[in-house]
Amino acid sequence: MTDHHHDHHHHDHSELSETDLRVRALESILTEKGYIDPAALDVLIETYESKVGPRNGARVVARAWTDPAFRARLLSDATPAIGELGYAGRQGEHIVAVENTPELHNMVVCTLCSCYPWPVLGLPPVWYKSAPYRAKAVKDPRGVLQDFGFALPATTKIRVWDSTAEIRYFVVPMRPDGTEGWSEDQLAELVTRDSMIGTGLAKRPDEVTR
Amino acid sequence: MDGAHDMGGAAGFGPVRPEPNEPVFHAAWERRALAITLAMAMPGGWNIDMSRFARENRPPADYLGMSYYQVWLAGLERLMQERHLVEADELAAGNALHPARPVAKILTADGVAPMLRRGGPTERAQTRPALFAVGDRVRAKTMHPPTHTRLPRYVRGHVGRIDAIRGMHVFPDSNAHGQGEDPQWLYTVSFSGTELWADAPDPLLEVTVDAFEPYLERA
Repeated sequence: MTDHHHDHHHHDHSELSETDLRVRALESILTEKGYIDPAALDVLIETYESKVGPRNGARVVARAWTDPAFRARLLSDATPAIGELGYAGRQGEHIVAVENTPELHNMVVCTLCSCYPWPVLGLPPVWYKSAPYRAKAVKDPRGVLQDFGFALPATTKIRVWDSTAEIRYFVVPMRPDGTEGWSEDQLAELVTRDSMIGTGLAKRPDEVTR
Repeated sequence: MDGAHDMGGAAGFGPVRPEPNEPVFHAAWERRALAITLAMAMPGGWNIDMSRFARENRPPADYLGMSYYQVWLAGLERLMQERHLVEADELAAGNALHPARPVAKILTADGVAPMLRRGGPTERAQTRPALFAVGDRVRAKTMHPPTHTRLPRYVRGHVGRIDAIRGMHVFPDSNAHGQGEDPQWLYTVSFSGTELWADAPDPLLEVTVDAFEPYLERA
């Protein structure tokens, strides 16, 4: 935990410590009863802390930007297309990719809980799971984009995908201008997590060092 | 159930607060809470819909007062207690006081990757024709079950359009309560912002939900 607090958490340090003790006790009870293997917990944590994350999704987007046939497969049936890059499984069993254009901006939310395409984006950030985002995204998505510090042209249509079942949505952001001839690896550096949720845009070439 | 979890359109929560360079976890206990929850589903035998109902089915003030992983923990403790895998006195004492219940299988370190890769696909064989076609106008039913449902309140009573047919999928309303998978046709239904929010400032807004056939009627 960093030493500055976010006021939307509403939890002071003593509460965190109390929860910490409760989780330690729970792990020890469940281990003692033989229901869990702490080594399996370590592997799960390692997986989502350092292996599965938005770098996966960035590779999918960069491929779609450079390979028209892949882009077509991704937009028509995303789950097997994403599987071609080796990404599949839990919370990504049925993925649908939606593409941003100058006329249409897509944004993904789960108003009922926190559904999110784990194999391509990893675990969702706190704001995605928070009440403000879940409440506001379906009613005032342009206001949400303002909270993220940018605006779309007033003429751009916005489509918000509320993930209420087991379909997981994944946004393919627009490829930035000035990236002609870039390699897939270079392009992947421009693809932010938020651009694949629809609360951001891909970085411009001048925002990264080539 | 019409619980605090059903947040679409609710007022008063304030702005979204992005956190630059956000870490995956904000405290050590969050790592363990996530991992324990994922691991316990195997010996526990519950499904994702049961997990969701165990998290959302609590007093609104409790739900809103807890952080995300605290809600997960509360849901997990309930699922385990319902099956007598763990008793309340053990949670209070912080150590095991009763013999373990026999469980079919536990998650080992070697089993993690295959378990995650397998996931939990919800699509099932198509055993009957879909009632609606792409382009059909449908109304989301006005319904308020006290049990688990995935039809958010903000679309109920509103008219939308069938945009896509997603196949037949496990029906959460049944599966969450141990009443079987009862697969139903699943549709992506789009609603205009002006239909959903009479005061909407944005005529160029469209919202889609994924709705199971029993949630919809022809409009």
